[in-house]
Amino acid sequence: MTTITETMARNHRHCDELFAQAEELIAQGDWVQGREQFEAFRDTTENHFTMEEGVLFPGFEQRTGQTMGPTQMMRMEHAQMRQLMADMEAAVAHEDDERYLGLSETMMMVMQQHNMKEEQMLYPMTDQAFADDAEATLQEMKML
Amino acid sequence: MLNTATLSLDQAPPISIPFRYFLTAPLFGLAAALMLLINGPDLFLTRWSPLTLGLTHMITLGMLAMVMCGALLQMLPVIAGSPVPGVVAVGTFCHILITLGTGMLIFAFLSGSVVGEVVALGMMGGGVIVFFVAVTIALWRVKHVSATIVAIRLAVAALLITLLFGLLLGSGILGSLGFGDIASLVDVHLAWGLLGWIGLLLIGISYQVVPMFQVTPEYPPRLRRLLAPALFVGLLIWTLLMLGAISGVVNGWVAEVGMFILICGFVLYAVTTIRLQAQRKRRVPDITLLFWRTGMLFIPFCALIWIAGSVSPAIGNDPHYSLLLGVGLLLGVGVAVINGMLYKIVPFLSWFHLQNRQMSLMCMTVKVPNMKEFIPDKAARLQLYLFQASLLLTLAATLFPAWFAHLAGLFFLASNALLMKNLLLAMHRYRQTLHALSAYAESAQSSSDGVG
Repeated sequence: MTTITETMARNHRHCDELFAQAEELIAQGDWVQGREQFEAFRDTTENHFTMEEGVLFPGFEQRTGQTMGPTQMMRMEHAQMRQLMADMEAAVAHEDDERYLGLSETMMMVMQQHNMKEEQMLYPMTDQAFADDAEATLQEMKML
Repeated sequence: MLNTATLSLDQAPPISIPFRYFLTAPLFGLAAALMLLINGPDLFLTRWSPLTLGLTHMITLGMLAMVMCGALLQMLPVIAGSPVPGVVAVGTFCHILITLGTGMLIFAFLSGSVVGEVVALGMMGGGVIVFFVAVTIALWRVKHVSATIVAIRLAVAALLITLLFGLLLGSGILGSLGFGDIASLVDVHLAWGLLGWIGLLLIGISYQVVPMFQVTPEYPPRLRRLLAPALFVGLLIWTLLMLGAISGVVNGWVAEVGMFILICGFVLYAVTTIRLQAQRKRRVPDITLLFWRTGMLFIPFCALIWIAGSVSPAIGNDPHYSLLLGVGLLLGVGVAVINGMLYKIVPFLSWFHLQNRQMSLMCMTVKVPNMKEFIPDKAARLQLYLFQASLLLTLAATLFPAWFAHLAGLFFLASNALLMKNLLLAMHRYRQTLHALSAYAESAQSSSDGVG
Protein backbone atom coordinates (compact mmCIF):
# COMPACT_ATOMS: atom_id res chain seq x y z
CA MET A 1 0.00 0.00 0.00
CA THR A 2 1.32 3.44 -0.84
CA THR A 3 1.01 5.95 1.93
CA ILE A 4 0.14 9.61 1.58
CA THR A 5 3.51 10.39 3.14
CA GLU A 6 5.46 8.49 0.47
CA THR A 7 3.50 9.80 -2.49
CA MET A 8 3.51 13.42 -1.41
CA ALA A 9 7.18 13.30 -0.40
CA ARG A 10 8.00 11.94 -3.86
CA ASN A 11 6.08 14.84 -5.34
CA HIS A 12 8.19 17.23 -3.25
CA ARG A 13 11.37 15.69 -4.65
CA HIS A 14 10.03 16.16 -8.16
CA CYS A 15 9.39 19.87 -7.47
CA ASP A 16 12.93 20.15 -6.04
CA GLU A 17 14.42 18.76 -9.22
CA LEU A 18 12.52 21.14 -11.47
CA PHE A 19 13.47 23.99 -9.17
CA ALA A 20 17.17 23.11 -9.27
CA GLN A 21 17.18 22.77 -13.08
CA ALA A 22 15.49 26.13 -13.54
CA GLU A 23 17.90 27.80 -11.16
CA GLU A 24 20.94 26.34 -12.87
CA LEU A 25 19.79 27.33 -16.36
CA ILE A 26 19.09 30.87 -15.22
CA ALA A 27 22.43 31.07 -13.40
CA GLN A 28 24.05 30.12 -16.73
CA GLY A 29 22.09 32.86 -18.48
CA ASP A 30 19.96 30.46 -20.54
CA TRP A 31 16.69 32.35 -20.30
CA VAL A 32 14.87 30.38 -23.00
CA GLN A 33 15.13 27.01 -21.31
CA GLY A 34 15.28 28.62 -17.88
CA ARG A 35 11.90 30.23 -18.35
CA GLU A 36 10.41 26.95 -19.56
CA GLN A 37 11.84 25.07 -16.61
CA PHE A 38 10.71 27.74 -14.15
CA GLU A 39 7.18 27.50 -15.51
CA ALA A 40 7.26 23.72 -15.14
CA PHE A 41 8.40 24.16 -11.54
CA ARG A 42 5.74 26.76 -10.81
CA ASP A 43 2.93 24.69 -12.35
CA THR A 44 3.97 21.47 -10.59
CA THR A 45 4.22 23.28 -7.26
CA GLU A 46 0.86 24.98 -7.78
CA ASN A 47 -0.68 21.62 -8.60
CA HIS A 48 0.80 20.17 -5.41
CA PHE A 49 -0.72 23.02 -3.38
CA THR A 50 -4.08 22.43 -5.03
CA MET A 51 -4.02 18.74 -4.12
CA GLU A 52 -3.38 19.68 -0.53
CA GLU A 53 -5.74 22.63 -0.23
CA GLY A 54 -8.48 21.03 -2.29
CA VAL A 55 -8.49 17.48 -0.96
CA LEU A 56 -5.96 16.58 1.68
CA PHE A 57 -6.35 19.45 4.16
CA PRO A 58 -10.17 19.66 4.15
CA GLY A 59 -10.34 15.87 4.55
CA PHE A 60 -7.91 16.00 7.44
CA GLU A 61 -9.78 18.85 9.10
CA GLN A 62 -13.08 17.03 8.73
CA ARG A 63 -11.73 13.85 10.28
CA THR A 64 -9.86 15.45 13.14
CA GLY A 65 -11.93 18.57 13.77
CA GLN A 66 -8.68 20.58 13.73
CA THR A 67 -9.20 23.59 11.48
CA MET A 68 -6.78 26.01 13.10
CA GLY A 69 -3.93 23.57 13.58
CA PRO A 70 -1.11 22.50 11.27
CA THR A 71 -3.16 22.70 8.06
CA GLN A 72 -3.80 26.39 8.61
CA MET A 73 -0.09 26.95 9.09
CA MET A 74 0.68 25.03 5.89
CA ARG A 75 -1.80 27.23 3.98
CA MET A 76 0.01 30.30 5.29
CA GLU A 77 3.29 28.94 4.03
CA HIS A 78 1.73 28.18 0.66
CA ALA A 79 0.77 31.86 0.53
CA GLN A 80 4.38 32.82 1.28
CA MET A 81 5.65 30.57 -1.48
CA ARG A 82 3.06 31.83 -3.95
CA GLN A 83 4.29 35.35 -3.31
CA LEU A 84 7.90 34.27 -3.84
CA MET A 85 6.98 32.47 -7.06
CA ALA A 86 5.20 35.59 -8.30
CA ASP A 87 8.35 37.63 -7.57
CA MET A 88 10.46 34.99 -9.30
CA GLU A 89 8.17 35.15 -12.31
CA ALA A 90 8.69 38.91 -12.46
CA ALA A 91 12.45 38.39 -12.27
CA VAL A 92 12.20 35.91 -15.15
CA ALA A 93 10.15 38.42 -17.15
CA HIS A 94 12.85 41.07 -16.59
CA GLU A 95 15.63 38.54 -17.11
CA ASP A 96 17.13 39.75 -13.84
CA ASP A 97 19.33 36.83 -12.80
CA GLU A 98 20.71 38.40 -9.65
CA ARG A 99 17.23 39.00 -8.34
CA TYR A 100 16.05 35.58 -9.42
CA LEU A 101 18.93 33.86 -7.62
CA GLY A 102 18.31 35.83 -4.42
CA LEU A 103 14.63 34.89 -4.57
CA SER A 104 15.31 31.27 -5.48
CA GLU A 105 17.67 30.93 -2.52
CA THR A 106 14.88 32.22 -0.29
CA MET A 107 12.30 30.00 -1.97
CA MET A 108 14.55 27.00 -1.46
CA MET A 109 14.72 27.55 2.28
CA VAL A 110 11.01 28.16 2.70
CA MET A 111 10.13 25.21 0.53
CA GLN A 112 12.50 22.84 2.31
CA GLN A 113 11.50 23.69 5.84
CA HIS A 114 7.86 23.53 4.76
CA ASN A 115 8.40 20.10 3.19
CA MET A 116 10.18 18.93 6.29
CA LYS A 117 7.22 19.86 8.48
CA GLU A 118 4.79 18.16 6.11
CA GLU A 119 6.82 15.00 5.63
CA GLN A 120 7.69 14.56 9.26
CA MET A 121 4.51 15.69 10.93
CA LEU A 122 1.52 16.48 8.81
CA TYR A 123 1.61 13.62 6.28
CA PRO A 124 2.07 10.90 8.89
CA MET A 125 -0.85 12.49 10.76
CA THR A 126 -2.99 12.42 7.63
CA ASP A 127 -2.06 8.79 6.99
CA GLN A 128 -3.34 8.05 10.48
CA ALA A 129 -6.46 10.17 10.13
CA PHE A 130 -7.41 8.81 6.69
CA ALA A 131 -6.43 5.22 7.54
CA ASP A 132 -8.31 2.99 5.03
CA ASP A 133 -9.37 5.97 2.90
CA ALA A 134 -5.77 6.95 2.19
CA GLU A 135 -5.56 5.27 -1.24
CA ALA A 136 -8.88 6.64 -2.37
CA THR A 137 -7.76 10.10 -1.30
CA LEU A 138 -4.55 9.75 -3.27
CA GLN A 139 -6.58 8.78 -6.34
CA GLU A 140 -8.81 11.79 -5.85
CA MET A 141 -5.78 14.08 -5.68
CA LYS A 142 -4.30 12.60 -8.85
CA MET A 143 -7.41 13.65 -10.71
CA LEU A 144 -6.65 17.31 -10.08
CA MET B 1 -9.57 39.04 13.91
CA LEU B 2 -7.36 36.17 12.99
CA ASN B 3 -3.81 37.03 13.90
CA THR B 4 -1.92 35.50 11.03
CA ALA B 5 1.44 36.51 12.45
CA THR B 6 1.15 34.22 15.42
CA LEU B 7 0.09 31.29 13.32
CA SER B 8 3.40 30.58 11.78
CA LEU B 9 5.51 32.34 14.38
CA ASP B 10 3.97 30.80 17.46
CA GLN B 11 6.63 28.14 17.58
CA ALA B 12 9.63 30.15 16.52
CA PRO B 13 11.44 32.16 19.21
CA PRO B 14 11.81 35.92 18.64
CA ILE B 15 14.66 36.65 16.27
CA SER B 16 16.67 38.34 19.02
CA ILE B 17 17.15 35.00 20.78
CA PRO B 18 19.17 33.15 18.12
CA PHE B 19 20.77 36.37 16.84
CA ARG B 20 22.44 37.23 20.13
CA TYR B 21 24.23 33.88 20.02
CA PHE B 22 25.21 34.30 16.37
CA LEU B 23 26.56 37.81 16.91
CA THR B 24 28.54 36.79 20.00
CA ALA B 25 30.46 34.09 18.11
CA PRO B 26 32.51 36.43 15.87
CA LEU B 27 33.30 38.55 18.96
CA PHE B 28 35.03 35.55 20.50
CA GLY B 29 36.55 34.91 17.09
CA LEU B 30 37.96 38.44 17.10
CA ALA B 31 39.28 37.96 20.64
CA ALA B 32 40.93 34.68 19.63
CA ALA B 33 42.45 36.35 16.58
CA LEU B 34 43.83 39.21 18.69
CA MET B 35 45.39 36.69 21.01
CA LEU B 36 47.03 34.97 18.04
CA LEU B 37 48.18 38.27 16.64
CA ILE B 38 49.66 39.47 19.94
CA ASN B 39 51.02 36.28 21.50
CA GLY B 40 51.94 34.64 18.22
CA PRO B 41 54.35 31.69 18.55
CA ASP B 42 53.82 31.46 22.33
CA LEU B 43 50.45 29.85 21.63
CA PHE B 44 52.07 26.98 19.76
CA LEU B 45 54.49 25.65 22.37
CA THR B 46 52.28 22.91 23.79
CA ARG B 47 48.58 22.22 24.09
CA TRP B 48 48.95 22.41 27.87
CA SER B 49 50.01 26.04 28.19
CA PRO B 50 47.36 28.21 29.89
CA LEU B 51 47.44 30.57 26.93
CA THR B 52 46.66 27.75 24.50
CA LEU B 53 43.94 26.37 26.76
CA GLY B 54 42.39 29.83 26.88
CA LEU B 55 42.46 30.11 23.08
CA THR B 56 40.99 26.62 22.69
CA HIS B 57 38.01 27.46 24.88
CA MET B 58 37.47 30.77 23.13
CA ILE B 59 36.88 28.74 19.99
CA THR B 60 35.05 25.73 21.40
CA LEU B 61 32.75 27.59 23.77
CA GLY B 62 32.77 31.14 22.46
CA MET B 63 32.34 30.27 18.80
CA LEU B 64 31.21 26.68 18.29
CA ALA B 65 28.98 26.03 21.31
CA MET B 66 27.63 29.58 21.04
CA VAL B 67 26.30 29.13 17.52
CA MET B 68 25.22 25.54 18.12
CA CYS B 69 23.15 26.47 21.17
CA GLY B 70 21.51 29.43 19.45
CA ALA B 71 20.74 27.36 16.38
CA LEU B 72 19.26 24.51 18.44
CA LEU B 73 16.88 26.85 20.26
CA GLN B 74 15.80 28.13 16.86
CA MET B 75 15.66 24.88 14.94
CA LEU B 76 13.96 22.48 17.32
CA PRO B 77 10.43 23.68 16.46
CA VAL B 78 11.16 23.18 12.75
CA ILE B 79 13.10 19.93 12.73
CA ALA B 80 11.42 18.33 15.72
CA GLY B 81 8.05 20.07 15.85
CA SER B 82 8.78 20.71 19.49
CA PRO B 83 9.58 24.18 20.78
CA VAL B 84 11.92 24.68 23.73
CA PRO B 85 9.83 25.56 26.81
CA GLY B 86 10.31 29.13 28.05
CA VAL B 87 12.60 29.78 25.12
CA VAL B 88 12.93 33.53 25.72
CA ALA B 89 13.89 33.15 29.38
CA VAL B 90 16.08 30.11 28.74
CA GLY B 91 17.71 31.69 25.69
CA THR B 92 18.46 34.94 27.51
CA PHE B 93 19.72 33.27 30.67
CA CYS B 94 21.93 30.70 28.95
CA HIS B 95 23.41 33.26 26.60
CA ILE B 96 24.47 35.50 29.46
CA LEU B 97 25.86 32.66 31.54
CA ILE B 98 27.69 30.92 28.71
CA THR B 99 29.15 34.20 27.41
CA LEU B 100 30.30 35.44 30.82
CA GLY B 101 31.33 31.94 31.87
CA THR B 102 33.50 31.54 28.78
CA GLY B 103 35.06 34.96 29.32
CA MET B 104 35.70 34.15 32.95
CA LEU B 105 37.15 30.74 32.11
CA ILE B 106 39.61 32.32 29.69
CA PHE B 107 40.52 34.91 32.33
CA ALA B 108 41.06 32.10 34.84
CA PHE B 109 43.30 30.19 32.43
CA LEU B 110 45.39 33.26 31.69
CA SER B 111 45.62 34.62 35.23
CA GLY B 112 45.54 31.38 37.19
CA SER B 113 42.96 33.04 39.46
CA VAL B 114 41.26 30.46 41.66
CA VAL B 115 38.27 32.70 42.32
CA GLY B 116 37.94 33.28 38.59
CA GLU B 117 37.98 29.53 38.02
CA VAL B 118 35.24 28.92 40.59
CA VAL B 119 33.04 31.67 39.15
CA ALA B 120 33.68 30.43 35.60
CA LEU B 121 32.79 26.84 36.44
CA GLY B 122 29.66 27.97 38.29
CA MET B 123 28.50 30.04 35.33
CA MET B 124 29.30 27.46 32.69
CA GLY B 125 27.72 24.76 34.81
CA GLY B 126 24.57 26.82 35.37
CA GLY B 127 24.26 27.89 31.73
CA VAL B 128 24.84 24.47 30.23
CA ILE B 129 22.61 22.65 32.70
CA VAL B 130 19.66 25.01 32.15
CA PHE B 131 20.18 24.67 28.40
CA PHE B 132 20.40 20.90 28.73
CA VAL B 133 17.22 20.63 30.80
CA ALA B 134 15.17 22.90 28.52
CA VAL B 135 16.33 21.21 25.33
CA THR B 136 15.87 17.76 26.84
CA ILE B 137 12.25 18.58 27.69
CA ALA B 138 11.67 19.66 24.09
CA LEU B 139 13.41 16.54 22.76
CA TRP B 140 11.43 14.35 25.13
CA ARG B 141 8.15 15.64 23.75
CA VAL B 142 8.97 14.88 20.12
CA LYS B 143 6.32 12.62 18.65
CA HIS B 144 7.96 11.38 15.47
CA VAL B 145 11.50 10.48 16.47
CA SER B 146 13.73 10.72 13.39
CA ALA B 147 17.40 9.79 13.10
CA THR B 148 18.17 13.50 13.43
CA ILE B 149 16.36 13.69 16.75
CA VAL B 150 18.21 10.63 18.03
CA ALA B 151 21.54 12.21 17.07
CA ILE B 152 20.59 15.54 18.69
CA ARG B 153 19.55 13.78 21.89
CA LEU B 154 22.87 11.97 22.03
CA ALA B 155 24.79 15.17 21.21
CA VAL B 156 23.08 17.01 24.05
CA ALA B 157 23.88 14.15 26.41
CA ALA B 158 27.49 14.38 25.23
CA LEU B 159 27.46 18.11 26.01
CA LEU B 160 26.48 17.31 29.58
CA ILE B 161 29.22 14.66 29.86
CA THR B 162 31.74 17.14 28.44
CA LEU B 163 30.66 19.67 31.04
CA LEU B 164 30.92 17.15 33.88
CA PHE B 165 34.48 16.17 32.92
CA GLY B 166 35.30 19.86 32.47
CA LEU B 167 33.99 20.66 35.95
CA LEU B 168 35.86 17.69 37.39
CA LEU B 169 39.11 18.82 35.78
CA GLY B 170 38.66 22.51 36.51
CA SER B 171 37.63 22.13 40.12
CA GLY B 172 40.99 20.74 41.19
CA ILE B 173 39.26 17.94 43.10
CA LEU B 174 41.39 15.38 41.28
CA GLY B 175 44.63 17.00 42.32
CA SER B 176 43.59 17.19 45.95
CA LEU B 177 42.75 13.49 45.80
CA GLY B 178 46.27 12.82 44.62
CA PHE B 179 45.10 11.72 41.16
CA GLY B 180 48.02 11.89 38.78
CA ASP B 181 46.86 11.13 35.24
CA ILE B 182 45.05 14.37 34.41
CA ALA B 183 46.17 14.29 30.76
CA SER B 184 44.13 11.17 29.94
CA LEU B 185 41.04 12.66 31.53
CA VAL B 186 41.50 15.82 29.49
CA ASP B 187 41.45 13.58 26.42
CA VAL B 188 38.16 12.10 27.64
CA HIS B 189 36.75 15.62 28.14
CA LEU B 190 37.73 16.73 24.68
CA ALA B 191 36.63 13.53 22.98
CA TRP B 192 33.13 14.04 24.40
CA GLY B 193 33.18 17.68 23.41
CA LEU B 194 34.56 17.27 19.89
CA LEU B 195 33.33 13.86 18.80
CA GLY B 196 30.24 13.69 21.00
CA TRP B 197 28.69 17.13 21.22
CA ILE B 198 30.02 18.70 18.02
CA GLY B 199 30.38 15.52 15.98
CA LEU B 200 27.00 13.96 16.73
CA LEU B 201 25.14 17.25 16.36
CA LEU B 202 26.85 17.80 13.02
CA ILE B 203 25.85 14.32 11.88
CA GLY B 204 22.22 14.75 12.99
CA ILE B 205 21.87 18.18 11.39
CA SER B 206 23.53 16.94 8.19
CA TYR B 207 20.79 14.33 7.68
CA GLN B 208 18.38 17.24 7.37
CA VAL B 209 20.30 20.05 5.76
CA VAL B 210 22.60 18.32 3.26
CA PRO B 211 19.75 16.91 1.16
CA MET B 212 17.80 20.11 1.79
CA PHE B 213 20.29 22.83 0.81
CA GLN B 214 21.68 21.26 -2.35
CA VAL B 215 18.98 18.77 -3.30
CA THR B 216 21.16 15.69 -2.87
CA PRO B 217 20.02 12.08 -2.37
CA GLU B 218 19.28 11.14 1.25
CA TYR B 219 21.93 9.55 3.46
CA PRO B 220 21.66 5.73 3.28
CA PRO B 221 18.91 4.67 5.74
CA ARG B 222 21.10 2.22 7.62
CA LEU B 223 23.80 4.81 8.17
CA ARG B 224 21.20 7.33 9.32
CA ARG B 225 19.75 4.89 11.81
CA LEU B 226 22.94 3.37 13.19
CA LEU B 227 25.84 5.79 12.94
CA ALA B 228 25.06 8.26 15.73
CA PRO B 229 23.98 5.63 18.31
CA ALA B 230 26.99 3.46 17.41
CA LEU B 231 29.36 6.40 17.84
CA PHE B 232 27.78 7.31 21.17
CA VAL B 233 28.06 3.75 22.50
CA GLY B 234 31.59 3.62 21.07
CA LEU B 235 32.48 6.79 22.99
CA LEU B 236 31.09 5.25 26.18
CA ILE B 237 33.11 2.08 25.69
CA TRP B 238 36.21 4.06 24.81
CA THR B 239 35.74 6.14 27.98
CA LEU B 240 35.57 2.97 30.07
CA LEU B 241 38.71 1.67 28.35
CA MET B 242 40.47 4.97 29.05
CA LEU B 243 39.44 4.82 32.71
CA GLY B 244 40.61 1.21 32.74
CA ALA B 245 43.92 2.24 31.23
CA ILE B 246 44.32 5.05 33.78
CA SER B 247 43.80 2.63 36.63
CA GLY B 248 46.08 0.08 34.99
CA VAL B 249 43.42 -2.60 34.39
CA VAL B 250 43.46 -2.30 30.62
CA ASN B 251 46.39 -1.86 28.28
CA GLY B 252 46.51 1.62 26.76
CA TRP B 253 46.53 0.37 23.18
CA VAL B 254 43.08 -1.20 23.61
CA ALA B 255 41.65 2.31 24.05
CA GLU B 256 43.63 3.41 20.98
CA VAL B 257 41.98 0.68 18.93
CA GLY B 258 38.60 1.84 20.25
CA MET B 259 39.36 5.39 19.16
CA PHE B 260 40.46 4.16 15.74
CA ILE B 261 37.05 2.53 15.21
CA LEU B 262 35.28 5.73 16.28
CA ILE B 263 37.37 7.76 13.87
CA CYS B 264 36.47 5.36 11.05
CA GLY B 265 32.81 6.15 11.80
CA PHE B 266 33.42 9.88 11.37
CA VAL B 267 35.41 9.36 8.19
CA LEU B 268 32.53 7.27 6.85
CA TYR B 269 30.19 10.18 7.60
CA ALA B 270 32.49 12.73 5.92
CA VAL B 271 33.07 10.61 2.82
CA THR B 272 29.33 9.92 2.50
CA THR B 273 28.59 13.64 2.79
CA ILE B 274 31.19 14.56 0.16
CA ARG B 275 29.74 11.90 -2.16
CA LEU B 276 26.17 13.09 -1.64
CA GLN B 277 27.17 16.67 -2.27
CA ALA B 278 28.93 15.61 -5.45
CA GLN B 279 25.59 14.14 -6.62
CA ARG B 280 23.67 17.32 -5.81
CA LYS B 281 20.97 18.42 -8.22
CA ARG B 282 21.28 22.05 -7.19
CA ARG B 283 24.49 23.09 -8.89
CA VAL B 284 24.48 26.87 -8.52
CA PRO B 285 27.55 28.12 -6.62
CA ASP B 286 26.84 28.16 -2.92
CA ILE B 287 29.01 29.67 -0.21
CA THR B 288 27.66 27.45 2.55
CA LEU B 289 28.52 24.38 0.48
CA LEU B 290 32.11 25.58 0.10
CA PHE B 291 32.44 26.07 3.85
CA TRP B 292 30.99 22.60 4.41
CA ARG B 293 33.32 21.04 1.91
CA THR B 294 36.28 22.48 3.76
CA GLY B 295 34.89 20.97 6.96
CA MET B 296 34.22 17.57 5.40
CA LEU B 297 37.70 17.35 3.85
CA PHE B 298 39.28 18.14 7.19
CA ILE B 299 37.65 15.14 8.87
CA PRO B 300 39.67 12.54 6.90
CA PHE B 301 42.68 14.89 7.06
CA CYS B 302 42.52 14.91 10.87
CA ALA B 303 41.96 11.16 10.91
CA LEU B 304 45.20 10.66 8.97
CA ILE B 305 47.11 12.90 11.37
CA TRP B 306 45.68 10.96 14.31
CA ILE B 307 46.67 7.63 12.74
CA ALA B 308 50.18 8.91 12.05
CA GLY B 309 50.47 9.99 15.69
CA SER B 310 49.26 6.62 16.97
CA VAL B 311 51.46 4.53 14.73
CA SER B 312 54.62 6.54 15.21
CA PRO B 313 55.51 7.55 18.79
CA ALA B 314 57.98 10.05 17.35
CA ILE B 315 55.06 11.92 15.78
CA GLY B 316 52.59 11.27 18.59
CA ASN B 317 54.88 12.66 21.29
CA ASP B 318 55.82 15.75 19.33
CA PRO B 319 54.01 18.77 20.84
CA HIS B 320 53.29 20.04 17.32
CA TYR B 321 51.24 16.93 16.61
CA SER B 322 48.36 17.60 19.00
CA LEU B 323 48.34 21.27 18.04
CA LEU B 324 48.04 20.39 14.37
CA LEU B 325 45.25 17.95 15.15
CA GLY B 326 43.50 20.53 17.34
CA VAL B 327 43.63 23.28 14.73
CA GLY B 328 42.43 20.84 12.07
CA LEU B 329 39.43 19.81 14.13
CA LEU B 330 38.47 23.14 15.68
CA LEU B 331 39.03 25.49 12.76
CA GLY B 332 39.11 23.07 9.83
CA VAL B 333 35.95 21.22 10.79
CA GLY B 334 34.11 23.11 13.54
CA VAL B 335 34.48 26.77 12.62
CA ALA B 336 34.21 26.03 8.89
CA VAL B 337 30.84 24.34 9.25
CA ILE B 338 29.23 26.77 11.70
CA ASN B 339 30.52 29.78 9.78
CA GLY B 340 28.96 28.36 6.62
CA MET B 341 25.69 27.64 8.37
CA LEU B 342 25.40 31.24 9.54
CA TYR B 343 25.15 32.33 5.89
CA LYS B 344 22.00 30.29 5.51
CA ILE B 345 20.41 30.73 8.93
CA VAL B 346 20.83 34.48 9.43
CA PRO B 347 19.46 35.69 6.07
CA PHE B 348 16.66 33.14 6.21
CA LEU B 349 15.52 34.09 9.70
CA SER B 350 15.66 37.77 8.81
CA TRP B 351 13.51 37.17 5.77
CA PHE B 352 11.16 34.81 7.63
CA HIS B 353 10.33 37.18 10.48
CA LEU B 354 9.88 40.18 8.21
CA GLN B 355 7.79 38.26 5.74
CA ASN B 356 5.46 37.12 8.49
CA ARG B 357 5.12 40.68 9.72
CA GLN B 358 4.43 41.86 6.19
CA MET B 359 1.75 39.23 5.65
CA SER B 360 0.04 39.94 8.95
CA LEU B 361 -0.12 43.64 8.01
CA MET B 362 -1.21 42.82 4.45
CA CYS B 363 1.38 45.40 3.46
CA MET B 364 2.40 45.33 -0.17
CA THR B 365 4.18 48.70 -0.29
CA VAL B 366 7.18 47.69 1.83
CA LYS B 367 9.39 45.19 0.06
CA VAL B 368 11.08 42.51 2.15
CA PRO B 369 14.66 41.90 0.95
CA ASN B 370 15.42 38.39 -0.30
CA MET B 371 18.13 36.29 1.35
CA LYS B 372 20.96 37.50 -0.84
CA GLU B 373 19.98 41.09 -0.25
CA PHE B 374 20.61 40.59 3.46
CA ILE B 375 24.11 39.22 2.87
CA PRO B 376 25.44 39.51 -0.70
CA ASP B 377 27.30 36.48 -2.05
CA LYS B 378 30.34 38.59 -2.84
CA ALA B 379 30.86 39.60 0.79
CA ALA B 380 30.30 36.05 2.01
CA ARG B 381 32.72 34.66 -0.58
CA LEU B 382 35.46 37.09 0.42
CA GLN B 383 35.02 36.00 4.03
CA LEU B 384 35.27 32.35 2.96
CA TYR B 385 38.64 33.06 1.31
CA LEU B 386 39.89 34.95 4.35
CA PHE B 387 38.80 32.09 6.57
CA GLN B 388 40.48 29.48 4.39
CA ALA B 389 43.69 31.50 4.31
CA SER B 390 43.63 31.87 8.10
CA LEU B 391 43.02 28.12 8.44
CA LEU B 392 46.01 27.21 6.29
CA LEU B 393 48.21 29.77 8.05
CA THR B 394 47.18 28.49 11.50
CA LEU B 395 47.96 24.93 10.42
CA ALA B 396 51.35 26.12 9.18
CA ALA B 397 51.84 27.97 12.47
CA THR B 398 51.55 24.72 14.43
CA LEU B 399 54.65 23.50 12.58
CA PHE B 400 56.53 26.77 12.09
CA PRO B 401 55.17 29.09 14.77
CA ALA B 402 57.79 31.79 14.38
CA TRP B 403 56.97 32.24 10.70
CA PHE B 404 53.24 31.96 10.59
CA ALA B 405 51.62 32.58 13.98
CA HIS B 406 51.23 36.37 13.76
CA LEU B 407 50.15 36.22 10.14
CA ALA B 408 47.55 33.55 11.00
CA GLY B 409 46.22 35.90 13.67
CA LEU B 410 45.99 38.74 11.18
CA PHE B 411 43.98 36.68 8.70
CA PHE B 412 41.74 35.21 11.38
CA LEU B 413 41.11 38.75 12.58
CA ALA B 414 40.15 39.87 9.08
CA SER B 415 37.95 36.81 8.61
CA ASN B 416 36.03 37.36 11.83
CA ALA B 417 35.79 41.11 11.31
CA LEU B 418 34.20 40.51 7.92
CA LEU B 419 31.90 37.83 9.33
CA MET B 420 30.81 40.31 12.00
CA LYS B 421 30.28 42.99 9.39
CA ASN B 422 28.23 40.66 7.22
CA LEU B 423 26.04 39.64 10.13
CA LEU B 424 25.60 43.25 11.26
CA LEU B 425 24.69 44.25 7.73
CA ALA B 426 21.95 41.61 7.69
CA MET B 427 20.72 42.87 11.03
CA HIS B 428 20.77 46.46 9.83
CA ARG B 429 18.66 45.57 6.78
CA TYR B 430 16.33 43.63 9.03
CA ARG B 431 15.83 46.64 11.33
CA GLN B 432 15.41 49.04 8.44
CA THR B 433 12.67 46.93 6.90
CA LEU B 434 11.02 46.33 10.25
CA HIS B 435 10.87 50.10 10.84
CA ALA B 436 9.35 50.64 7.44
CA LEU B 437 6.72 48.00 8.21
CA SER B 438 6.01 49.55 11.61
CA ALA B 439 5.65 52.97 10.01
CA TYR B 440 3.19 51.45 7.56
CA ALA B 441 1.24 49.84 10.40
CA GLU B 442 1.05 53.16 12.25
CA SER B 443 -0.10 55.11 9.23
CA ALA B 444 -2.69 52.44 8.45
CA GLN B 445 -3.82 52.60 12.07
CA SER B 446 -4.08 56.40 12.17
CA SER B 447 -5.93 56.57 8.85
CA SER B 448 -8.45 53.99 10.04
CA ASP B 449 -8.80 55.94 13.33
CA GLY B 450 -9.46 59.08 11.29
CA VAL B 451 -12.17 57.36 9.31
CA GLY B 452 -13.78 55.55 12.20
